[in-house]
Amino acid sequence: MAHGVTDGRAAPAARAPAGGVRAHARITAAPHARGGTALPELAGDGPLALRRIRAGAGEARVCLVGAMAGPLGGDRVRLDVRVESGAALCITSAAATLALPGTTGEPARYDVRLTVDDDAELRWLPEPLVSVRGSRLHVTYRVDLAPTARLVFREEQVLGRTGEPSGRLISRLTARSGGRPLLNQTTDYGPGAPAWDGPAVLADNRASGQLLVAAPEFADTPAEAYVLAPGRAAITPLAGPATLTTAMAPNSLLLRTLLDDAHTRTTDTRRSPSGADGPAVSRG
Amino acid sequence: MPPPSLPPPAARAALLVLADGRFPAGGHAHSGGAEQAVAAGRITDAAGLEAYCRGRLHTAGLTSAALAAAACAGADPLRLDEAADARTPSPALRATARRLGRQLLRATRAAWPAAELDALAEARPRGVHQPVVLGVAARAAGLGPVDAAHAALYEAVSGPTTATVRLLGLDPFEATAVLARLAPALEDVAARAAAAGGRAAADGRTGADPGELLPAASAPLLDIAAEEHAVRAGRLFAS
Repeated sequence: MAHGVTDGRAAPAARAPAGGVRAHARITAAPHARGGTALPELAGDGPLALRRIRAGAGEARVCLVGAMAGPLGGDRVRLDVRVESGAALCITSAAATLALPGTTGEPARYDVRLTVDDDAELRWLPEPLVSVRGSRLHVTYRVDLAPTARLVFREEQVLGRTGEPSGRLISRLTARSGGRPLLNQTTDYGPGAPAWDGPAVLADNRASGQLLVAAPEFADTPAEAYVLAPGRAAITPLAGPATLTTAMAPNSLLLRTLLDDAHTRTTDTRRSPSGADGPAVSRG
Repeated sequence: MPPPSLPPPAARAALLVLADGRFPAGGHAHSGGAEQAVAAGRITDAAGLEAYCRGRLHTAGLTSAALAAAACAGADPLRLDEAADARTPSPALRATARRLGRQLLRATRAAWPAAELDALAEARPRGVHQPVVLGVAARAAGLGPVDAAHAALYEAVSGPTTATVRLLGLDPFEATAVLARLAPALEDVAARAAAAGGRAAADGRTGADPGELLPAASAPLLDIAAEEHAVRAGRLFAS
């Protein structure tokens, strides 16, 4: 499978001696002198090409474009994003990211670091990550939020293309808010991962995702816990100023429907997730 | 000399006392999520119970065991409590962990009085996550990190097992066979948790956050089901 996708990749010179691509892309968003958000740094690298797209109100938008197929086994791809005080940035992607097997059997690594300063906002809304049969990918997200930073972070994992067994996909999310731990979670799915498709972890679902929404208002008024879909999705207030929606579904389409619903319910911090008016109430 | 992984004989007996289901720490009122899994049809027989327990062992079990091992190895329990919060997105499970932590601390202060336990109760009157208390308790009982990890993991699988016997009328012999079959995996996970806990305590001594690099293995279905269970009418178990 790896042979079919190497054609569209960068020149052989971009490959490190160990057999994988090494790439480090960077985005910095800062307030523009004339209002809105500027992008003083927008540096794609290797498989991560970055395109500035139509801006929203006050918000800069960047689309991650897969310049090559991948990540392939052995690749090490890193993306650093910083949103400085007063800026707002939204990051999307042009298409789903496919984790593909390499020729060496070595796992690929994709490390994302997101830093959001005070009074800044980041919306991280890429398309799903698809774990293709035979692939091995370790993803890490490291999120550092200043006390008044705002974040919407969506992660979607699809375990195998239609009718295909999953590859191995290990994902770790470490989020800190004001220097304190906010959320720390690792998932480990696919062949070799213990009990991942059993009744405690994913059961027979093959798409898994989460939506983390952090806002300073949650510090005083945490959202209430809400079961969005029995056995499928729940919105939960974290111990810190954020809500997490945990969701799973048989396929990526149904997963997106659940996360879109959660997005509507959790980004308006003046309303409770159940849809009731008035201040949100926390049980935990 | 016994091999280093085993506690000295006096402490081995202490481990039996601490891990005994009859230790008065309130664990019997909790099913470890099994009640909801049974209600949703995800556990219907011994095979389902085993798959459920295996999943719990490698996710929430590993995470709890590593926290317990780190606390036993001397990492700051209050920072570990924050680390436990960050690993527990479900408010129902955070409340359960604190309630069980309070009850365990009370029982432990009677069984193995220690200044460390008094200090913990004073610092967090509303309770500390149960695995963190378990680690400090193991330390007070003269046990080591790998013992603390064993106690946490045994509880992670024995709770759902005894609950399932009651909920499904499962044959107790079959249920015990499930626990016996899980023993080798439990040993493996305990060794990993103890190693991670030891490293975390060492990190803590250098001023780093002891919780940052501890395992954070999560099981999304356990978190979702815990919220469903919390609002369920006519529950037999508290969690």
